[in-house]
Amino acid sequence: MTSQQRKNLERFSPLLLLIAIVVVWELITVGFGVSEFIFPSPSRIWEQTLEHKATIMGHAWRTFWVTMAGFGLAIVVGVLLGFLIGSSRLAYAAVYPLMTAFNALPKAAFVPILVVWFGIGVGPAILTAFLISFFPIMVNIATGLATLEPELEDVLRVLGAKRWDVLTKVGLPRSMPYFFGSLKVAITLAFVGTTVSEMTASNEGIGYLLISAGSSMQMGLAFSGLLVVGVMAMAMYELFSFIEKHTTGWAHRGSQGG
Amino acid sequence: MSTNAPPNDAAFVDFDQVWLAYNEDLLARKVFAVEDINLKVQRGEFIAIVGPSGCGKSTFMKLTTGLKMPSMGQIRIDGQPVTGPLKISGMAFQAPSLLPWRTTLDNVLLPLEIVEPYRHQFKDRRKEFEERALKLLESVGLGGMGQKFPWELSGGMQQRASICRALIHEPKMLLLDEPFGALDAFTREELWCTLRDLWEAQRFNVILVTHDLRESVFLADTVYCMSKSPGRFVVKREIQIPRTRELEVTYTKDFTDVVHELRGHIGAMRKAGAVINQ
Repeated sequence: MTSQQRKNLERFSPLLLLIAIVVVWELITVGFGVSEFIFPSPSRIWEQTLEHKATIMGHAWRTFWVTMAGFGLAIVVGVLLGFLIGSSRLAYAAVYPLMTAFNALPKAAFVPILVVWFGIGVGPAILTAFLISFFPIMVNIATGLATLEPELEDVLRVLGAKRWDVLTKVGLPRSMPYFFGSLKVAITLAFVGTTVSEMTASNEGIGYLLISAGSSMQMGLAFSGLLVVGVMAMAMYELFSFIEKHTTGWAHRGSQGG
Repeated sequence: MSTNAPPNDAAFVDFDQVWLAYNEDLLARKVFAVEDINLKVQRGEFIAIVGPSGCGKSTFMKLTTGLKMPSMGQIRIDGQPVTGPLKISGMAFQAPSLLPWRTTLDNVLLPLEIVEPYRHQFKDRRKEFEERALKLLESVGLGGMGQKFPWELSGGMQQRASICRALIHEPKMLLLDEPFGALDAFTREELWCTLRDLWEAQRFNVILVTHDLRESVFLADTVYCMSKSPGRFVVKREIQIPRTRELEVTYTKDFTDVVHELRGHIGAMRKAGAVINQ
């Protein structure tokens, strides 16, 4: 195998694995005659997906924009809080333990409370997506800022640099790779948050679709819903991965630079 | 900048019985990082400080730049008492600590974005500053490297760029904390010559902290030996070897005699330290 071929194989390996899984799945479900109400075959899921295309798209769009709204909120709050606790030792000491405790709470448990406050609909879903996804962003920004090399700080302070100079010239650019890394994690979490919230507190969205499909024994449709969430999360992950590579290439040296 | 600054009566760097404890608690227990430092450095003089590791050399640097205030005594630089970070100095360390997201040129320009009066002129005079930086890079053998990123340069090249960054704002004083410690022997000697040429052209003050006795003797006008905890200057040795010194001079008897003499002082201090520790 030439190195070009090996590279291609590596590049398409996720796709090959996916195809292999689908084929095995199909063979098992068809071969053993598994009931569609227990575990539908991939071909049956696909059929149902096409059949309910319009419905699924509607719910998917709802889940998508709700997730992006929550995620946008998470970026703003995460960056601000991360900046605060990363640049002040006192804030770090005060906020960090509380934040860790908060992060340990299951976010699904917040949904009933949010429903009381905001009613059924968009509010709880956006806020659940936000609550679940701001933490990694905050932690990563804070880490990037707090782990500055002391020598570098001295070099700048000798020149009369203020704290603010050190933060903007060095701290923030330095934490950008951490930031983009955290976005990749946070976006997938945000989809989890939205879907979980929609399952109990919404009449729209993929989460709602999953529940209603399940209760009417339309297993194919339920699996379609899962498929759509997976595809959206993966697409966003790849998008942020792409942005990361093109904005903070310096952090991924090793690959031939220049 | 004149190559031969007239000898000034007032010393450029003047330490008058300087003691430093790192915090109140240590001060109360009379544990000092450096003690009773008395030092007078002439304008344009190149001094080196040698001593065993952990002897307070870096503390001395922090005092000189105003990053740390002495617990007792007074420091005057250029006639002025030191009250905070001095903007007339540039620093370089053993680690080049260049910013990986900036090109080498932009790294060298960084001090101009921070230090006054350049800071406010930076946008308007950027072209001019860039030319100055490129010229400086050229003078240390980094011509044409301005657009490269630091991680595309070798260790020696990064250290050259780091020294350029310390010099771009034309400081009156250059502080070097073991700048060549992490380099291989050949690169190190090359950089000695680079530093020598820069200094001979501009005659800023240099304070070089190093473990390397040959380095200190080759480069400095005066070598100070520091003893270990507490850090004190115990030996002052003026190096009479005429300028301009070429690398060959390091193989002459005069040179090695001085190195041996200093080696003797350091050896004696280490032994004394060991006895006390037991």
